[in-house]
Amino acid sequence: MSIDTTPKMNWWNRLAHPGQFVQWTRPLIWPLVALTALLFAAGLYFAFFNSPADYQMGDTVRIMYVHVPTAWLSQFVYGTMAVSALGTLVWRHPMADVSMKAAAPLGAAFTAMALFTGSLWGRPTWGTFWEWDGRMTSTLILLFIYLGIVALWRAFDDQLKAARIVAIFTLVGAVNVPIIKFSVDWWSTLHQPASVFTADGPRMPGSILTPLFVMFFAFTFLFITLQLVAMHTEVKRRRVMTLERKAARGDAS
Amino acid sequence: MTGFLSVIRRDLRLAFAGGGDVLTLLLFFIIVGAIVPFAVGPDQELLSRIAPGVVWIAAFLSMLLGLDRLFRPDLEDGTLALYRLADLPLSAVIAAKVIVQWLTSALPLIVASPFLAVILTMDLDTFWRTVLSLLLGTPALAAFGAFGAAVTVAIRRGGLLAPILIAPLCVPILIFGIGVIAPLGGPGQGTAAMLFLAALSLMALALTPFAAALAIAWGRSRAPP
Repeated sequence: MSIDTTPKMNWWNRLAHPGQFVQWTRPLIWPLVALTALLFAAGLYFAFFNSPADYQMGDTVRIMYVHVPTAWLSQFVYGTMAVSALGTLVWRHPMADVSMKAAAPLGAAFTAMALFTGSLWGRPTWGTFWEWDGRMTSTLILLFIYLGIVALWRAFDDQLKAARIVAIFTLVGAVNVPIIKFSVDWWSTLHQPASVFTADGPRMPGSILTPLFVMFFAFTFLFITLQLVAMHTEVKRRRVMTLERKAARGDAS
Repeated sequence: MTGFLSVIRRDLRLAFAGGGDVLTLLLFFIIVGAIVPFAVGPDQELLSRIAPGVVWIAAFLSMLLGLDRLFRPDLEDGTLALYRLADLPLSAVIAAKVIVQWLTSALPLIVASPFLAVILTMDLDTFWRTVLSLLLGTPALAAFGAFGAAVTVAIRRGGLLAPILIAPLCVPILIFGIGVIAPLGGPGQGTAAMLFLAALSLMALALTPFAAALAIAWGRSRAPP
């Protein structure tokens, strides 16, 4: 009796094949684009025309509808990267590499956007573009970590080797981010405490919460769409590189 | 254990034998500290207020500067490949190298810090606190630095990348290091900062050798072991 050692072809293994992955997820892109556009249209309508100006901050409160979702994504994308890094290290799933690589620049962009809108909002309300407040500082450091990871990806020629090393760095960073957050909070704090998810319900009126939640989902779906497109691009880029290498060796068929 | 000790002995001998790397780093540390008065003006009061921060920044920069020599020479002469085949686990070799890195690039700075304290007009109490915080904080800097060097050793031109990767991760060390010297928010916070700093150093020393060993092993081989 022989033991069957061939891997079972379940959907998880099939997904590991880059071509299969692209083929399976390509039909998702256009619905995702449509959904994102719809959510943005609704969110922007609510944000600009159907929500009140704050009695203290006036119209600047509308910056929140971009600021809060991007700030949330700055952490969510890191979570995506950390899970993908686990996927690379533990299961060596080929698409985890690709997902990790696609997420890094997106995370950097969302973090930069959160910082930018935050400083635009801080000018009229706090009277300064930048304050060394705990949450702003830890977001800035998170941006540096994202940019470091992007630089690390670019420094390697061999992308498979890069994936394993970036995965280790991403996980060490994931362990460090809470420590950084804690230390920076200990150092200086000015930001308002959490005001949406509190024990006794949100401390905001519904007229502001509705656009906030719609924009929140709009930005999250924007990330999912961009992530998927970036993964497809990366798969194609790798294929082109392989073909180029084959052509250079002169054994392209 | 003998392997561990012989790695320490070898690296110490190499560090003090030729090249004078230790002296160069020491000089860099002192020059960074001495250049600050030219940038902010010779105001004694201001200088004595920012002196602990200057000493910490100088130590931070000189330790980042010395990162590239941690694994690169070993990679180039093939020692690193031998280490990977040795009986001693790679993480133990890296722990030994972290200890040597601390002895050759942090201890000399701490020994030289009285000089900076004098030219920056630090008072005696602040000086002792600075020495204490450097003693507690530099092991974590050395450990994180070793991780950064291990991550970038597979890259041919990785010299500048390691400091950029590591500097954001070292922010808590700086914060608590300065917190020991100039307690923020009342009495008792200085002790809290000291304990956090010591905890960070212990954690970094215990965990980073494993992460660094993983990075070196997986960066060298094509297929993961």
